Amino acid sequence: MFVEILFYAFAAVLLVSGLTVITSRNPVYSALSLVLCFVTSAALWLLIEAEFLAIVLVLVYVGAVMVLFLFVVMMLNVNVERVRSGFTRHVWLGVLVTLLVIGEIVGVVVARQLGVDPTRGGVPLAPGYSNTTELGVALFTRFAYPIELAAMLLLVAIVAAIALTMRKRRGLRVQDISAQVAVRASERIRIVKMDAERPQ
Amino acid sequence: MHSLPQIWNALPGFVQSLAFILAVTIVLILSVAYLTLLERKIIGWMQLRRGPNRVRLFGIPNTEYIGQPFADVVKLLLKEIVIPARANGVLFRIAPALALIPAFATWAVIPVAPGFAIANVDAGLLYVLSLTSVGVYGVILAGWASNSKYAFLGAMRSAAQIVAYEIAMGFALVGVLMAAGSLNLGVIVEHQRGMVAAWNWFWLFPLFVVYFISGVAETNRAPFDVAEGESEIVAGFHVEYSGMAFALFFLAEYANMILIAALTAIFFFGGWLSPFDGYIAAGSALRELPVLGLLIGDGTHWLLVKMLFFLIVFLWLRATFPRYRYDQIMRLGWKVLIPVTIVWIAVEGVLCWFRIGPWRA
Amino acid sequence: MLVPDWPLARLRIYEMARTNPIKTFLLWELLGGMWVTLKALFRPKITVNYPEEKAPQSVRFRGLHALRRYPNGEERCIACKLCEAVCPALAITIESTVAPDGTRRTSRYDIDLFKCIYCGFCEEACPVDAIVETRIHEYHMEHRGENIMTKDKLLAVGERYDATITADKTADAPYR
Repeated sequence: MFVEILFYAFAAVLLVSGLTVITSRNPVYSALSLVLCFVTSAALWLLIEAEFLAIVLVLVYVGAVMVLFLFVVMMLNVNVERVRSGFTRHVWLGVLVTLLVIGEIVGVVVARQLGVDPTRGGVPLAPGYSNTTELGVALFTRFAYPIELAAMLLLVAIVAAIALTMRKRRGLRVQDISAQVAVRASERIRIVKMDAERPQ
Repeated sequence: MHSLPQIWNALPGFVQSLAFILAVTIVLILSVAYLTLLERKIIGWMQLRRGPNRVRLFGIPNTEYIGQPFADVVKLLLKEIVIPARANGVLFRIAPALALIPAFATWAVIPVAPGFAIANVDAGLLYVLSLTSVGVYGVILAGWASNSKYAFLGAMRSAAQIVAYEIAMGFALVGVLMAAGSLNLGVIVEHQRGMVAAWNWFWLFPLFVVYFISGVAETNRAPFDVAEGESEIVAGFHVEYSGMAFALFFLAEYANMILIAALTAIFFFGGWLSPFDGYIAAGSALRELPVLGLLIGDGTHWLLVKMLFFLIVFLWLRATFPRYRYDQIMRLGWKVLIPVTIVWIAVEGVLCWFRIGPWRA
Repeated sequence: MLVPDWPLARLRIYEMARTNPIKTFLLWELLGGMWVTLKALFRPKITVNYPEEKAPQSVRFRGLHALRRYPNGEERCIACKLCEAVCPALAITIESTVAPDGTRRTSRYDIDLFKCIYCGFCEEACPVDAIVETRIHEYHMEHRGENIMTKDKLLAVGERYDATITADKTADAPYR
């Protein structure tokens, strides 16, 4: 009972914040609503005992991705009116996607009622069960190659992003901190011994 | 007539939890208050000054500074909270709370005593990481909602810095979880049982250094305090805050310091484990002594001692080093700390494979 | 350092790490800095506990102003207005009148303490040592207008601290 109340409360917050993401006129509010979305989805996942996914969602999306999003949105001062001008023109696409998603959800529910349930129903797990361990075991045994491939893909993307944006400019005045740190007194100062007076 | 433990056990679970939460919060707030005093005293002493010595507690002689935190609190409470014109009122008001909540909420999973934490979560380490990363929202929103250039610059600096150092911090913790084979903080502490050299700092020394440095950067403390950089941007993200709203940011910063100190103690210095563990045998006569026996055994007091040490190191760093320049902070985070952690994780993997060191198989 | 010589710079950090790896990786120089502050932590503190202890003061200290009298009680000031003329901050205002005994005296002698820069020029300019700056530096005002030291107030200060002022002037006399 308590869990149901929690579920509906979180789901309501999730829906409202999801709506605010697309309806808000201020892009910063949109980004913040998205943060709220993520946090409430994490809470929903916690309710179905997927604590690893929930925490990672907060860690990665709320803690890193949305911070950078906010960073950009706050810095750029996006002109909302110009962005929203195409709203009516593209609204059919949005409606289409919405209908598709609704169709999928209905399909899943109908399939389950017909007895074709691929998840074989949610079974409460033993208290000693660790979501994290199970995920780790699955990822590093059965799915070891796919995860390595995904990691390589991300690495390539990072390298590519850096390679695309980094350009060497001639005459650029930059400091080389390693060189500055490695400097020694003997290289910087020359101590000269000389008489206090010029010889007459 | 029931005895106290009986009454305690008769209470419903959530009341017990609430009592624990209340206790931890009150202790934390008091520690923050006295940490500010300790900071002013220690930095004063290191600069050959005396530090605050004017406020007696209830006029009791020879307590010349004990009352200082209370005087500060009263002063801040009585001050007006000014909300700047054209500031975003709602965000301006919730930003201090957003900064403070994660700093306190993280304490839920900290094992404060042998086998005890408010919530014994299996993925405790991830929980800690995700909450510390959420703390940055208070800073960003404060900077943006203030409608002030300095505040905004401070917020931007802080956001970029925290995102950068979080990675080094996370990598350092990967080493810890490789060693312990668990994300549960209690298990991580228990795994370090043995002598002082069995604590994680010995085998994970580079990771310990990286973790502590990133912790200092993550809390925006000197020498990484460019987010408030007085000499350039007045007070950074909290320029526009006054009175109790400012005090909340202050509270959050110091609560975060205490948290980082506790986490360093837990991850690398055996948490509540006693340093005499490997040296005085379990059945030794010393252990049977009335008070000393308890003191040399495991317990919260060892966690507190270790935390106090790291807190003093925080203050010590502030008294010693000048502020980093911003590009150097970024360079240190991305080009020094992250490579160091990656190299050491690889080394640890090799050691693990050949069963050198106290690794969990 | 303008344009760094990249390959060489790289080599230097490697060389440093190679020749002295312990110093580089143990952050030796940072520890050195911390050792300095640690030593300072235990050194005796030099702060003067102000209201209880006070730093020594020179006899030439220039604090609150005072107007002096001769030992027989006669005002020293002869309203020559030299101090008013020399005052760089225009803090002194003097009006003169003829006293009943036929001498020239001030009817008004105001010093605005907010304008005064405590340079001591008035003291130097005074031919009869009437206006002096005393050692008093712990004073405050609570209301508007109290910053104006009127003639009465100045004379009162002079009478009250006559002994100190005379002693200070005597001590300083040989050097003038």
